Amino acid sequence: MNNILVLPMLIPLLTGIILVFIRSNVKLQQLLSIVSIILTATVSVYILERIQREGVLRLDFGGWKPPYGILFVADSFSMLLVLTSSIVTGIILLYAFSTMGKAYKQMFFYPFVFFLITGVNSSFLTGDLFNLFVSFEVMLLSSYALIALGGRKVQLMESIKYVAVNVLSSWFFLLGIAYLYGTVGTLNMAHLSVRIAEVGQSPLLTIISLIFLLVFALKAGLLLYFWLPGSYSVPPTAVAALFGALLTKVGIYAMFRVFTLIFYHEPSITHTLIAVMAVITMIGGSIGAIAYNDIRQIATYNVVISVGFILIGLALSTNVALQGSIYYLVHDIIVKALLFLLVGTMIYLTGKSKIQEMSGLIRNYPVLGWLFFIAMLSLAGIPPLSGFIGKVFIGQGAIESESYLLLGVGFLSSIFVLYSLLRIFLNCFWGETIISEDDDKPLKMGVLIPSVLLGLLTIGLGLGADAISAYVSDATRTLTDPSIYIRAVLNTIE
Amino acid sequence: MKVNDVILQTVSKIVVFIILTFGVELFLSGHNNPGGGFIGGLVLSSGFVLLYLVNDMETVHFGIPFDFKKVAAFGVLLAVGTGVGSLLFGSEFLTQTAGHFNLPVFGETELSTVTLFEAGVALTVVGVVVTIILSISEDV
Amino acid sequence: METLITILAGVLVTIAVYLLLCRNIVRVILGTALLSHAVHLLLMTMGGLKQGGVPLIGEHEAGFTDALPQALILTAIVISFAVTAFLLVLAYRTYKETGSADLLELRGPKNE
Repeated sequence: MNNILVLPMLIPLLTGIILVFIRSNVKLQQLLSIVSIILTATVSVYILERIQREGVLRLDFGGWKPPYGILFVADSFSMLLVLTSSIVTGIILLYAFSTMGKAYKQMFFYPFVFFLITGVNSSFLTGDLFNLFVSFEVMLLSSYALIALGGRKVQLMESIKYVAVNVLSSWFFLLGIAYLYGTVGTLNMAHLSVRIAEVGQSPLLTIISLIFLLVFALKAGLLLYFWLPGSYSVPPTAVAALFGALLTKVGIYAMFRVFTLIFYHEPSITHTLIAVMAVITMIGGSIGAIAYNDIRQIATYNVVISVGFILIGLALSTNVALQGSIYYLVHDIIVKALLFLLVGTMIYLTGKSKIQEMSGLIRNYPVLGWLFFIAMLSLAGIPPLSGFIGKVFIGQGAIESESYLLLGVGFLSSIFVLYSLLRIFLNCFWGETIISEDDDKPLKMGVLIPSVLLGLLTIGLGLGADAISAYVSDATRTLTDPSIYIRAVLNTIE
Repeated sequence: MKVNDVILQTVSKIVVFIILTFGVELFLSGHNNPGGGFIGGLVLSSGFVLLYLVNDMETVHFGIPFDFKKVAAFGVLLAVGTGVGSLLFGSEFLTQTAGHFNLPVFGETELSTVTLFEAGVALTVVGVVVTIILSISEDV
Repeated sequence: METLITILAGVLVTIAVYLLLCRNIVRVILGTALLSHAVHLLLMTMGGLKQGGVPLIGEHEAGFTDALPQALILTAIVISFAVTAFLLVLAYRTYKETGSADLLELRGPKNE
């Protein structure tokens, strides 16, 4: 009995519902949301520890044994992501406390954030393909609401596109599920893996796997990232940070899960395709990141680049490369949130969003400037910050499997990341200040503290990578050897 | 312009009751027969929407003084609550149970916690549907 | 029978694609609704049509049809219902705000 597994989904869900009832009392809403997110993070740590002792855990809903019922499965990979996203969400909530307007807070902003977390966490934890679809939809519906919340003209226009694209990708997801159920007759991921291993991954199944690749690529922004820059740059900063940190990661997680657990028999087709898509994504993202002058656009194209980079690990699918991807995934959740918060703060302080319109911010706000510097180095993968170790492992994996193209493009994209952010840093923070002493807005502690916390996290994760190395290697072991996951799910004798 | 809708008003007085009764019937017949919370809730909400169509908003709010957003939230709370309830009894999340009871009026009746779950679903559906219709029609 | 339903799903997809490519936002929304109907039909066909009795406890038949696709369809219908409703409200608000239901005019702010 592992009822505790449901808590990372249940706590945010219940919190979200309760927050609807106390809509008018903003103080109480904030108190409750911070308590609940801390609770979620604590529970995740506990589960992560238990996985180290007892192996992969599972919970059958309603006592229906797999493969018949729906279930939650927690391995180190999913719990690491649940834990990181809870922590980062907590910090973003802190930022939202002091930046979001009262109208937002009373218009169900916090409930939607918690429903989003519900969807994200249950996508990480679910062990059933259809349940994954439902979790995706929970997450997406909340994100639709969050992106349109506020109702500015540009938000509405972007959200229509965002919703339409995602409806289409959900349709493909259902299509894939329908075909898969028609061919293999099950939707439990572990059971799927067993059955496909039995009958062999025929060309038909490979085509179905490509449908899933299409779906998750759309969600993750792998190659099909055309919708991403527009919709991530219109919502308020806290929402954009939440999206940039979490939403694409769920697509990436699903891709890792499906292509390491279920469709791993034809790497020459599927994994090669992923590699090609990753390379094009990195190139396209790099071009976007240096082409735009709007700092929000630059930040969103950085999301695109990192998606491509993380998926190099999946394309190679060696032990070391996967390990690098997991490190980088955890790092990226933290540092993307930091980047979006900083960019949002800069826009809030100056009222402008183009790099040529800002300059000399570091004279007015030194802490902000150096935080941006840290974020930049961390994204570029300079030691000892958290991006370094992931990049090293992915690079090592690429060398081991002699994929020098992936290696080259991957590291070249890092240089473009560095260049695009350095451009912001030099233009906006260096030079003559544009803010005269009269309209020098004081930087509120509520705005600064979340960014400082995230900055500390990325430094801490870089210096203390040993602390999570045990979890990461356990996660890698489960990813490289599907039988661990399958055994944990399909042994019905407790 | 004053709209002449005497026929609609008169008919709806009867029809709304038929619809609501049918909705409850559908809701209760769920679990082992066709029916259940979702379609029951849809039928119920169509009854409410008819009320809103025929009467003006103030009149209906006077009769049904609920915020339908909160009805939806309460519904989800109830549905999730049955899942949480099973945690308290030490069984897996969302475990449902049923038992036969001898009730004074109904005689031998099967009572099931699924009904509570379905009630949550029905309330959610009613709340969401009415909220959607109201939010579109509010500012015409 | 399976072939017939599959063809029907195909026809629905065709119409939906036509609607999705329209410039009018309401047509696009109708297109997404039709798309989801098509995939629900496909899901049902994939579970096999008419291979046994109604999967209800009250019925006493030898074999039951696979009830899982129906459960999946019900869930998917609920979700597509919610999404379509949301899209309609969103389109309405956008129309109120911008005075246009033409997607070409809703291309968003010009960059640079």
